[in-house]
Amino acid sequence: MNWWRRFWHSSKMDEQLDKELRFHLEQQAQDLIARGAAPDEARRQVQMAFGGHSQIAEDCREARGTRWLEDLIHDFRYALRMLRNKPAFTFACVITLALGIGASAAIFSAVDPILFEPLPYPHASRIMMIWDGSHDGSRIPGTFGAFRAMVEGSRAFESLAVMKTWQPTITGEAQPERLEGQNVSADYFRVLGVSPALGRDFQDSDDQFKGPNVAILSDGLWRGRFNGDPRIVGHEVKMDGDLYTVIGVMPAGFENVLAPETQLWSPLQYDRSLPPLSKEWGHHLRTIGRLQPHVTQAQASLDLNRILHNLATIYSRSNSDYRPPDQFIVSSLQDDVTRSVRPALMVALGAVMLVLIIACVNVTNLLLTRSSQRRAEFAMRTALGAARVRLIRQLLTESLLLAAVGGVVGMLVAKMGVTGLVALSPAGLPRAHAIGLNGNVFIFGFILTTLTGLLVGLVPAWQASHDESGAGLHQSSRSGVDRRHLARRALVVTEISLALVLLVGAGLLMRSLHRLFAVDSGFNANHLLTMQVQTSGHQFDDDDYTRRFYAQTLEKVKNVPGVVAAAYTSQLPLSGEIDEYGVHFDPGPGGQTEGGYSTFRYGVTPGYLETMQVPLLRGRLLNEGDVANAPHVVLISESLARLRFRQENPIGHRLHVGRVDLPWYTIVGVVGDVKQASLAVMESYAVYVPAAQWYFADSAMSLVVRAKGDAAPLAPAVREAVWLIDKDQPIVKVATMESLIAATAAQRRFVLVLFEAFGLVALILAATGIYGVLSGSVTARIREIGVRAALGASRSNILGLVLRQGMTLTVWGIAVGIAGALLASRMLGTLLFGISHLDPYTYIGVTLLLISVSAIACWMPAWRASRVDPSITLRSE
Amino acid sequence: MALKSDLPQGTLDLLILKVVALGPIHGYAIAQRLQQVSQDVVQVPQGSLYPALHRLENRSLLAADWKATETGREAKFYRLTKKGRAQLETETASWQRLTESVALILKLSEGGV
Repeated sequence: MNWWRRFWHSSKMDEQLDKELRFHLEQQAQDLIARGAAPDEARRQVQMAFGGHSQIAEDCREARGTRWLEDLIHDFRYALRMLRNKPAFTFACVITLALGIGASAAIFSAVDPILFEPLPYPHASRIMMIWDGSHDGSRIPGTFGAFRAMVEGSRAFESLAVMKTWQPTITGEAQPERLEGQNVSADYFRVLGVSPALGRDFQDSDDQFKGPNVAILSDGLWRGRFNGDPRIVGHEVKMDGDLYTVIGVMPAGFENVLAPETQLWSPLQYDRSLPPLSKEWGHHLRTIGRLQPHVTQAQASLDLNRILHNLATIYSRSNSDYRPPDQFIVSSLQDDVTRSVRPALMVALGAVMLVLIIACVNVTNLLLTRSSQRRAEFAMRTALGAARVRLIRQLLTESLLLAAVGGVVGMLVAKMGVTGLVALSPAGLPRAHAIGLNGNVFIFGFILTTLTGLLVGLVPAWQASHDESGAGLHQSSRSGVDRRHLARRALVVTEISLALVLLVGAGLLMRSLHRLFAVDSGFNANHLLTMQVQTSGHQFDDDDYTRRFYAQTLEKVKNVPGVVAAAYTSQLPLSGEIDEYGVHFDPGPGGQTEGGYSTFRYGVTPGYLETMQVPLLRGRLLNEGDVANAPHVVLISESLARLRFRQENPIGHRLHVGRVDLPWYTIVGVVGDVKQASLAVMESYAVYVPAAQWYFADSAMSLVVRAKGDAAPLAPAVREAVWLIDKDQPIVKVATMESLIAATAAQRRFVLVLFEAFGLVALILAATGIYGVLSGSVTARIREIGVRAALGASRSNILGLVLRQGMTLTVWGIAVGIAGALLASRMLGTLLFGISHLDPYTYIGVTLLLISVSAIACWMPAWRASRVDPSITLRSE
Repeated sequence: MALKSDLPQGTLDLLILKVVALGPIHGYAIAQRLQQVSQDVVQVPQGSLYPALHRLENRSLLAADWKATETGREAKFYRLTKKGRAQLETETASWQRLTESVALILKLSEGGV
């Protein structure tokens, strides 16, 4: 009979065993009778000789080899019964564990696809992102020229591609709609290693100057707008006034990690023969490449910088003003995509692990309380012959069962957590679509649950099994009690210290955010409405038409009731737009052209600085007289003026913005610095040129509107005013400036919310932990307290006694916690702003908070102790 | 009563296999047979006999059937399996080798070769 059948038929086998042993017994008795013994006497002798019938049966069962499983099932049933009999205890443990496991699983589900899983492309580790690098190592978008040079000269890459955003308006039978698209070079999808599910990929012949208008659709657009029409390939759609032929549809699972919202792609079609000063040579392209097999990132970097060296030689000989970048930076696409969120996610993962540990400590504490109530039971079982191993196993089975239930409930918590997390996540979180409860998360949850179950059961099991046998039967063994209390105190100290670490993290983040919002943006953000007005259609190929459109719409907007002032700007502060040009000043005292300052270029209509309320420091602002054929004028920011002119007066000096072959701009004023990229970034060199004097008309401008009252309600009226001129022009990114400012802090806020939630959970758990230990200790010492009271200790003496005991634990916990926080808070690194991770106010504040919370937690047991009636306690003994 | 500990480790299994090899037999008879053949030197307590039988059965060295005895009572009769017979042969051989070696050593005269 095999093992499984032996186990399965164990009850039948027990029966047969009994029968077999009985047969033996009777045969023996018969033999004795046959030899002349009296039947009764014979039976008695046999019984005695046979010894413990049950012991033999036990040994035989042991020989079957199925014993452990039978024990396990028995343990399991017993554990189930124990947990059912104590619903409150079970509930407390399960909820605590569910919170810990669930929160961990939720955070893991966000962290896993972003940081640990490879990107969803074949051989994803070979896909690289290539940036132009400036001398200080910062990353700048690439140029078309550099891309061409790479394609022609690189040996390290199998394929290379560049892309830029493209937002066409689609018209046709359905509503006109603004689409999110990308202009890509022909090899884009080959670099990613994904082919269209329908139709064909782009070819070199598509990506030629004046090539055919073709497009590849995303699965979402195909299903949403074209009802998943299987014959879509070959059809024409109208976008921005042109007909595009659909040549393919990407597969449903395709993730475009570089721009997740992308709905369609069309070829870039840049003119390869363009001179290096044309618009296409601007730093506006993102470059990706797929490495040849077995080529490393470092080799690729060497390869590209060899090409760069050639480029530099060529351009130093020609009298062109183009300068190749200082270096090319090659980084893996995965790192690049996750770079910005990595610190936040790692910190979140660390924080949730602390929460899980605190949850484990708390449950361990509950189990210890429980096992001290069960000492009599354990002692009884030991006395009846249960081996130490069996007791440990029983307790571990119980804790594993608790953890398992906690894990299942935890997965529900995780499900809610993931939903909340995605809702809370900062905009632009990469791979947000891949976040969810998948196989990996369940495996993670399972491992976590098992470890948790073993971990929380270990200390109670060890303690229960090391109780001197018999001591438990008469309840008051001092040494056992002391050891148990020592362990519980140590656990409470751990809990308090971990809670302190989390709270310090939350405090530091909170203060950072306050500091951040206290930063002067350089303009008045209140009552400011912003939106981007785009142009679409061939009529806008004419720059004059475009400028006229913006001038007319601005007039309409200014007439909207409630609008105090309005203006257009080519880039909006804190909107995520970055439009930088190299600025070259006229020869200074040394006689040399000073140049190459990377500077934000704002093409603005007169009245922009007044609308934003950027202060004028010197000279004059732009006005209606600064038209296209008037002398070119420019305003510079305070920091740029200081950089170039120190104490000198910059008014009257001249500069070039970008192209150096055009008329000089004369500086007529100096204005205050404005935060462009984010409140946390210090860069503020800026030039303001009249949009009318810029050498091309921007095809999208941001409208800023200062409202008399609340800005948000004005939005519909302002939009209608623009549409009075042309109702087909898209208006996007409608937002108040206040919400833009809030958004620049989104990542910090995300981490802060997590820390606040985790810190709160930690605080509650620590408080219940200290409460539990103290009330346990008061119960255990009730007789001693009674004696003290009888001997004349006052109520306040006793109150003080218990409070002191609790506060000692708290102080220990705080001391350990501060040491831990000093080390751990370093990890917050770049998430902090304006304060050190050693910020004393935070540490003091958190310490006070913990002391007051634990004082409240200690008060209850202390009060109970002070009410102990000595006569009752003493009599009960 | 001679105790199990008097038998060297593993010997009981060998003895049981040997007795069972003579033909199907039940537990009580095995004990009786061992006692008789050894002229009361080997007395196997039930506490050792039955666990050993069950162990051997689980290792598929023995098989068992419930059959009627000559007195008409149902008893569990053990018999040797093929595997058990092979085991018996190797164990017997190694036992003999061991006892011969031990005998040789014990024959050494003290104080010289």
